[in-house]
Parts: sequence; structure tokens; C-alpha cells
Amino acid sequence: MKLTLKIWRQKNAADQGGFVTYVADHVSKDMSFLEMLDVLNDQLTEKGEDPVHFDHDCREGICGMCSLYINGKPHGPQQTTTCQLHMRSFSDGETITIEPWRAKAFPVVKDLVVNRSAFDRIIQAGGYVSVNTGGVPDANEIPISKTVADLAMDAAQCIGCGACVAACKNASAMLFTSAKVSQLALLPQGQVERKTRAEKMVAQMDAEGFGACTNTGACEAECPKGISITNIARMNREYFSAVVSSDNM
Amino acid sequence: MTWVTKTLNSTLGRKLIMALTGLFLILFLTGHVSGNLLLFKGDGGQAFNMYAKFMTTNPAVKLLSYLTYISVIGHIVYSIFLTQHNKSARPVSYSTSNGSSNSAWSSRNMGVLGTIILIFLVVHLQGFWAKMHWGEVPMVTYEGEEYKNLYLIVSEAFKQVWLVALYVVSMVFLGFHLSHGFASAFQTLGLNHKKYSPAIKVVGMIYCILVPALFASMPLYIHFTSY
Repeated sequence: MKLTLKIWRQKNAADQGGFVTYVADHVSKDMSFLEMLDVLNDQLTEKGEDPVHFDHDCREGICGMCSLYINGKPHGPQQTTTCQLHMRSFSDGETITIEPWRAKAFPVVKDLVVNRSAFDRIIQAGGYVSVNTGGVPDANEIPISKTVADLAMDAAQCIGCGACVAACKNASAMLFTSAKVSQLALLPQGQVERKTRAEKMVAQMDAEGFGACTNTGACEAECPKGISITNIARMNREYFSAVVSSDNM
Repeated sequence: MTWVTKTLNSTLGRKLIMALTGLFLILFLTGHVSGNLLLFKGDGGQAFNMYAKFMTTNPAVKLLSYLTYISVIGHIVYSIFLTQHNKSARPVSYSTSNGSSNSAWSSRNMGVLGTIILIFLVVHLQGFWAKMHWGEVPMVTYEGEEYKNLYLIVSEAFKQVWLVALYVVSMVFLGFHLSHGFASAFQTLGLNHKKYSPAIKVVGMIYCILVPALFASMPLYIHFTSY
């Protein structure tokens, strides 16, 4: 395959940045998208040019590190992570536009790398449970129904990649935040901080400068882990019931 | 900041106001369309004029009308707040964006649709509502009691083709606005449940077609029966 790549290049956060066009020859359809970029970077390095910077880690679709807004969609044309996207999803001679996630809360570090620490701060604000130290508790000490466990696990599948923010026309982080609120709110272990968690995580999400939700459903459609927007409805319930009943002024 | 203002200034709180005012306006539209069906009665407007007098004099309806004004203003003001906030959340936009692959057009263009509806609303209120309250309206007597002949104003107005066209086209935009707004309001209130959400979606779809269609049929009916 021969492809034309229109890639966003930006030296640092202060640089204005712009698109640079590269031609990728001899691309195998069996390559993953990131391997295709690896080959391009090898060629750039050989020529003494600065390789294209992009985030990646496990390359198994489980860590949430890879990003890239490919041809107008986060993680490209398939509903998966970019590392699990293969070149067979593209056709020979195609022009592929690659951009970083765009959000005020996700500033560009360099090229296609964005800083997603805003997500970490939302988690720090309330995405945890308190546990007693001491002896190891018995397995299944706390009964949890299969239905509830499944719902919590569905929400816990979120890998925090930020595709929801990238896909949302408002750069809203509600799918992420709601998944993190839900996974703990559903379980008995999450009850102690339940109200404070919803209040603090929503406040932090707003403080980071993410947009509001318009219920377009784009986040759900693009989420590589299939997180449902029913979680957003649950977060809204959690938040509204928390603000009217918690002891936090 | 108290907890109330803090909540109402949060993104979720602002969305809550959009949802509650939107749902109240849906209730208003339901009442408005039901009452206006009297235009089809073919009695020269007697039932319609009597209904209009009841709606402008009954104290309970008066209270509802104030709630409607507040809802309209609240819905508009908060939509401006939210749109500004949402625009600022993405200062650099994408060069290529494929929104149609993951979301419905109406859901991405509620602001545009709402603005068109607002323009229609100004024309509509100026033509009928303002005239009814402060304008010169000819009187008509039924069974010894005097009524404002609003039916005459309506039927005169809809002799103009451009006005009929404006009403019909505006109702199409209203339909698209409702096609997203109806179910979306329930989602924002947190009412997303596998038992009820499918029903809400179906009712929303029927509503967003039926109500604007009924509204649009009124100027058309009056226009074509006035000759």
C-alpha cells in the first residue's frame, strides 16, 4: 500500500504547529497503525529528521495510552484503540489525516502527544475507596449480585484513553467521569464516599475545563471499550441526589 | 458561593436547567397544540375565541404562562452559557471531523435549530401574542358576552403565503429540535433505564413528528379554506 500521511507536527506546547505531509511506501495491510508510524519514524530518523511523537505503551488495547484522531475520528475508523487498528482498514492511495486529541484540558505536549493528567486529577478528587488495613479479608465476604457486579465491571472497563473527550463536540469528559463514578457507586465498597465522590469528581471535571454534555452519544459510539452513556445518566443521578442530601456545603 | 449556586453553575446543574425548562416547554407545546385544534372546528372561530378568553383570564393559566416565560428565557440564557463554555473547551478545532459517523445531525446542531426557533418565536409572538395583549382587536359577541375576535386575526394573517411558509418551515426545525431534546432531557435528569428508556424514545419520536405536524397543519388549513 502507498499512503499519504497528513500529520500534525508541533515542537512544544507554545509552538503553533501545523500539518506536514509524508508519503508512506510499502505499507503492509497487516501492520498495525502504530507499526506503520514506527516505519515512518525509522525513515525520518535515518534522514536525520525529528521522528513523529505519539503516545503508546502496551499495544494490546488495554492500557489506554495510544490516542490519535485519525480521519476525523478518535482511534480511526474502527471502534478500537489505535494500537489495535490495522492498515487493512484503509485503502491503497488514501490520504490519512492524523491529529492530536483536541481539548483545552488536554494540552499538546509535542506533535501528537497530549497531556491527559486532567483525568488523573479527576480520579484523585474522588475515584477511590477507603479500606481497612489489617488482615486479608475473606473472599466473597461482601455479597454482590451478579447483575450489579457486571454493571460495575462494564463501567470499570474504561481505560482512560480520552477518546470520549476527543469525539465529543464539546470536549466533555462526562463519559470518563461517569464510568469512574459508576464503577464505585454501584458496589458496597464504594458507599462510604459515595456522595462526596460524585460532588468532587464533577467539580474537578469542571475545573479542568472540559465541556458539558449534549447527549449526542458520540462518546459511546467511539469508546474502544463500549462504555455506555447510561453511566452519564447514573452520574447525573448520583450528583443531583448528592448535592441535595450530603453534608458538604 | 452557596451549595445551590455552586450546583447550578456546574456543567451538570446548567444541563439540569436546560432539561427542566425544555420539558416544561414540551408540556406547554402540548397544551398549546391541543387548544389550537379548535381552529379546525369550522364554527367561524367561536370555540377558539372563547378558549382564548379563558386562557387569558383564568388565574391558574396565568401562573402557567409566567412559568412558560421563565422557561423560555431560562432555556435561552443557559443555552448561551453552555455554548460559550463548550466552545471554550476546545480552543483549537480539528481540521477533519467526521461527526456524522457517530451522532445524529440534530444532536450536534441544537443551538442552530434553537436560534431558528427563536427567530420564529419573535415573529409569532409579535404577530399574535402581542396583538392579543396590547393591540387593536375587533370584538365579537356570543350569547350576549363580548370576546376578542382572535380567530379573525389568525385567519387574516394566514392569507399571506409567506407567513404560512415561514410557519411550516419553522415547524420542521422544531421537529428536529424536539427529536433530540425530548429523550435528551430525560437522560440529563438521570432517567435512563432499560425498562423505560425505549418507551421514552418512542414517545419522543412520535411527539417530535406529531406536534409540529399539527401546528404546521393549522396555517395550511386556514390558508386553503379562507378562499
